[in-house]
Amino acid sequence: MANSTLSSRPIGKDHESVPALTVRELRKKYGTTLAVDGLSFDVRQKEIVGLLGPNGAGKTTTINMILGVLAPTEGSIAINGIDLARNRSRALEGTNFAAVYAPLPGNLTVTENLRVFGLLYDVPNLSERIEEMIETFDLKKFRNTKCGVLSSGEQTRSGLAKSLLNQPALLLLDEPTASLDPSAARYIRETILDYVGKISVGVLWTSHNMYEVTDVCNRVLFLSKGKILLEGDPKQLPGVHGKTSLEELFVTVAREPLSLEASTREAMSL
Amino acid sequence: MNIRRSFAIVLRIFYLMRGSFTRVFPLFAWAAIDIILWGFITRYLDTVQSTFNFVSTLLGAVLLWDFFTRAMFGISTSFFEDVWSRNFLNIFATPLRLSEYLVGLVAASMMTSVIGLVVMLVLATVVFGLWIFSYGVLVVVIVLGLFLFGIAFGIFAIGIVLRLGPAAEWFIWPMPAVLAPIAAVFYPVSALPNWLQLIARLLPASYLFECLRALVARRPVPMEELWTGCALAGVYVVLASWFFRGMYLHAVRTGLVARYSAETVS
Repeated sequence: MANSTLSSRPIGKDHESVPALTVRELRKKYGTTLAVDGLSFDVRQKEIVGLLGPNGAGKTTTINMILGVLAPTEGSIAINGIDLARNRSRALEGTNFAAVYAPLPGNLTVTENLRVFGLLYDVPNLSERIEEMIETFDLKKFRNTKCGVLSSGEQTRSGLAKSLLNQPALLLLDEPTASLDPSAARYIRETILDYVGKISVGVLWTSHNMYEVTDVCNRVLFLSKGKILLEGDPKQLPGVHGKTSLEELFVTVAREPLSLEASTREAMSL
Repeated sequence: MNIRRSFAIVLRIFYLMRGSFTRVFPLFAWAAIDIILWGFITRYLDTVQSTFNFVSTLLGAVLLWDFFTRAMFGISTSFFEDVWSRNFLNIFATPLRLSEYLVGLVAASMMTSVIGLVVMLVLATVVFGLWIFSYGVLVVVIVLGLFLFGIAFGIFAIGIVLRLGPAAEWFIWPMPAVLAPIAAVFYPVSALPNWLQLIARLLPASYLFECLRALVARRPVPMEELWTGCALAGVYVVLASWFFRGMYLHAVRTGLVARYSAETVS
């Protein structure tokens, strides 16, 4: 099979014009509980979008649906123009993710894990690609170390190496720097930004660190009770809603979402 | 079907076994203990009377039943490796198709069960003078039929674990022991009560072990039984795969794949 990223792209279309991710009217219902309620958004290529919201807002549910491990009740997801429900395997060839709650299996070494996942993503020239990732994420010293005995920072770097192994068109990062000290978190952010700047990839990034989000994201989506409450530039959005920082805005979303809904409606009517 | 993805599943099991004596040891240890125990029992029984060949009949049955068990556990243990290391999200968020996953598990099971089979064959031949393949090429067909049945049962078992959660693995380990009396491994189906014979006839092993006993006793092998056993095993592989697919789709609908350790049986 050819390069997995290229092969997953629609033939005859301008790659830059196809969003890395298209989500339309996405809903997930568990019994009578609506976890995600009609989400619609795009992530363009070379764009980093922050998916924010308090615990239980529907961020991880949304990410699980995009990863194909949770079936939506309604709505559609397209990765690089490929419908996930109709063509799951092909759509996922162009996706990858790293999440603090899904570390690489601790009973394999870094290299073994990268080889296994490289084969699962059908990465061409796998050995070269593994070396490249080991170099990029400074894992040379740990290449033959079992992932389970690595520190949190080293495990995060290994997970990120896995997440970029197949040069995904869409990268999902669910709290990639959670549990890291500020120095390690900064190193991870810089490495990701440096790498993402070189390739054509759309990133959906969740984090509870609002300074990090302001620093890395081009756009943010605030979720509350499964809906998008606010959307915009993380540097300008707090000012628009009369807040001094993104963190202050986050706290308002978490505690008084109704007041923000009213102010948003007011702003739109003006 | 992408064979590289199936190979990834096999490679993962190979890596795990390569670095772990505790994983390799059980592949042959219990089977070897069975062979030694039954080898001495049957050798003793042969000295008590001479009209029935206990070593060939009973030890041959023990050997092949242990092989069936290895084939089944080969599937379930490979699946449990992903359960134990909480790897479901990583694995099922890749482009891996279910068919590729199952082919990988079958290949991994082949790799592990052959190790057990070789150790059992060596012990049975060297210590007790039983070379099971001396009974002809039909033994190979019986072995293949039992392997297929082991695969089917293994896939069915992991479907149950996927549905009920990680703690359900304790239902899986005793399954071969529960099945053995009904599958007529050590005695003819006719030795069972009528109602149990009906159940036995649903199990491919009951046909295959009738054939083994005929071979060992130098009686004509009932070919219809042989092919029925193999065909039934093949049908069960398809049915078990369909069952596993159903359990997987249920897990994707309910979110169990993403939160497998939560054990939310619903």
